[in-house]
Amino acid sequence: MTHQYPALTAEQKKELSDIALRIVAPGKGILAADESVGHMAKRLNQIGVENTEENRRLYRQILFSADSRVKKCIGGVIFFHETMYQKADDGTPFVQMIKDKGIVVGIKVDKGVVPLAGTDGETTTQGLDGLSERCAQYKKDGADFAKWRCVLKISENTPSALAIMENANVLARYASICQQNGIVPIVEPEILPDGDHDLKRCQYVTEKVLAAVYKALSDHHVYLEGTLLKPNMVTPGHSCPTKYSPEEIAMATVTALRRTVPPAVPGTGAGTWWGPGGRCPVDPPGAITPLSAGVTFLSGGQSEEEASINLNAINTCPLMRPWALTFSYGRALQASALSAWRGQQDNATAATEEFVNGLAALGKYEGSGDDSGAAGQSLYVANHAY
Amino acid sequence: MTHQFPALSPEQKKALSDIAQRIVASGKGILAADESVGTMGNRLQRINVENTEENRRAFREILFSSDASINQNIGGVILFHETLYQKDSNGKPFPALIKEKGIVVGIKLDKGTAPLAGTNGETTIQGLDGLSERCAQYKKDGADFGKWRAVLKITSTTPSQLAIQENANTLARYASICQQNGLVPIVEPEILPDGDHDLQRCQYVTEKVLAAVYKALNDHHVYLEGTLLKPNMVTAGHSCPKKYTAQDVAIATVTTLLRTVPAAVPGICFLSGGQSEEEASVNLNAMNQLSVPKPWKLTFSYGRALQASALAAWVGKNENRKAAQEAFRKRAQINSLACRGQYVVSGKTDTAATQSLFTASYTY
Repeated sequence: MTHQYPALTAEQKKELSDIALRIVAPGKGILAADESVGHMAKRLNQIGVENTEENRRLYRQILFSADSRVKKCIGGVIFFHETMYQKADDGTPFVQMIKDKGIVVGIKVDKGVVPLAGTDGETTTQGLDGLSERCAQYKKDGADFAKWRCVLKISENTPSALAIMENANVLARYASICQQNGIVPIVEPEILPDGDHDLKRCQYVTEKVLAAVYKALSDHHVYLEGTLLKPNMVTPGHSCPTKYSPEEIAMATVTALRRTVPPAVPGTGAGTWWGPGGRCPVDPPGAITPLSAGVTFLSGGQSEEEASINLNAINTCPLMRPWALTFSYGRALQASALSAWRGQQDNATAATEEFVNGLAALGKYEGSGDDSGAAGQSLYVANHAY
Repeated sequence: MTHQFPALSPEQKKALSDIAQRIVASGKGILAADESVGTMGNRLQRINVENTEENRRAFREILFSSDASINQNIGGVILFHETLYQKDSNGKPFPALIKEKGIVVGIKLDKGTAPLAGTNGETTIQGLDGLSERCAQYKKDGADFGKWRAVLKITSTTPSQLAIQENANTLARYASICQQNGLVPIVEPEILPDGDHDLQRCQYVTEKVLAAVYKALNDHHVYLEGTLLKPNMVTAGHSCPKKYTAQDVAIATVTTLLRTVPAAVPGICFLSGGQSEEEASVNLNAMNQLSVPKPWKLTFSYGRALQASALAAWVGKNENRKAAQEAFRKRAQINSLACRGQYVVSGKTDTAATQSLFTASYTY
């Protein structure tokens, strides 16, 4: 515990933190286009399109053909493995199309969940085997960040201490390996919204989980300034009878993050940070991208409208937030593009336009950056019930 | 792990958070006047004053009877048990004297170190027995915050995993008990500056220690908004041949804190750890001048670094009271400016201010 064996050189650290900053520059979010083959099946079936590799390619092409207008809204795109190696009709690799717009390419690297024996249906996530070699290859092929999703669930007996510890550990191993290969790890410890628990319960569990995640990251010598966090919003369970306002959800979410996520993870662009030993400026890096509730839409949860309102409330919450809060654009935007396309070549251009417009609309929920907090401020700061 | 059994009611939380905010209100820091009898003896010996209860009382009276305007610079005072029950020359109890200036009263709660068998001279801290009852009594007697100092040391084999984990755990138990009794716990995991290690080594160790401390606080359900942190600054060891600037110290320290201390913690009050008065102020100032956004206050909780000049001016003589008070007031003001990054070093500094106050293996 006493001697440091530096995991990264100063140059490696700078590269990682620069990448993280580019992804979450002010006003930008991440487009999650990393649906697995099986997951895509559901999407395509909903619009009556067959789930073939060609159709998946055509669909992603619609998204990636968006012009440079998207550049100010999207800092990074997460790919699935298959998509990394696909090309547009004119032969341009998708990776190239994205990078040409100045957007950072990311890759999903986990291999799905596996059961934890002896628990009440809990899981860990696999994918560590040969991960270093895979990361090195993805880096060569154009990826600069990665994503790994762990899943926890709230019920009477869960999440258990084992599930929390094991998932935190596996996230930290993944993060460490990514950084060794010049890839910024997005750390995603998702606590599912399934259940009838209330807001407080979710907040409590989220705080415990995130504390464990950051302890694990510290134990594994992960360079926080070169990571991103993708947490769940703190919300009541989907079948919780109590209703909460967006402000309550925002307060619970931001409070939980303030209690657990070190300020080094994030970055706001509020100043330059001089690295020790030299005069090279390292901007405060990293950021937090809360899962858009669109990801939980499949479980029949929050509507996109609710999600957007909640995200807006988070950005205008009166509590001081030392990290940038940007957003993950998932199903919400893709839904519009998908239904405009319906698998018809003739609709491709219109579908792309839907996508771009949808982005712009969601962009208005970024928040102005000035957090006067208006009417709700005195009420919620005074109430220390969180 | 799944159900919350709330440790504190919303009212209790608010009370704790209000106290913490008052202590570290803008430009204010803490006077650590909680030297044990033995330690006070060392201080008095340096100025050739006998270590009697009366002399200890007399010196503390000088500090606490400063003009009320000291409350612009001092938000809290930490007392030793004996001092909490002493009175000024007019018979006014010290807690009352301090509180009427609007300054919060704190009490040292730990009972010193105890060895950890099987380690290389490492220790943990005792004091948990009957702590809840003691806290309740101190709260009645005027205290609103507590202090508990854990000690770790850097050598080629320390701090060990056990020492880090054990000290983090006792700090968290202490913090939990304090909050149950309405006292804000100051959490102090001091890594001693003894040794010849460089700045990077201290940074690395401090990051590991603080990560362990905050994990323990979380495990013990401590309400972070109602705590304060009292860490060492990140510095090279005292016998390190390489010299570092105040900015080096500032960057290393703030980087460490950004990586480990959640934004919910309202204030970080550094210990001075044997730095001279001037060094302690200059380093604090450098930290507050860094443009990186810091979600917590960066302030001071100084003992030696606030009192050295006052002691030197007093030298046990009553006729020197005013001079001693002036010396104390001056350091308090300088540190208050340092809290805002506004301390302009004059270039002329008196001997007492620059005198290193380092005592090897410092224990109270």
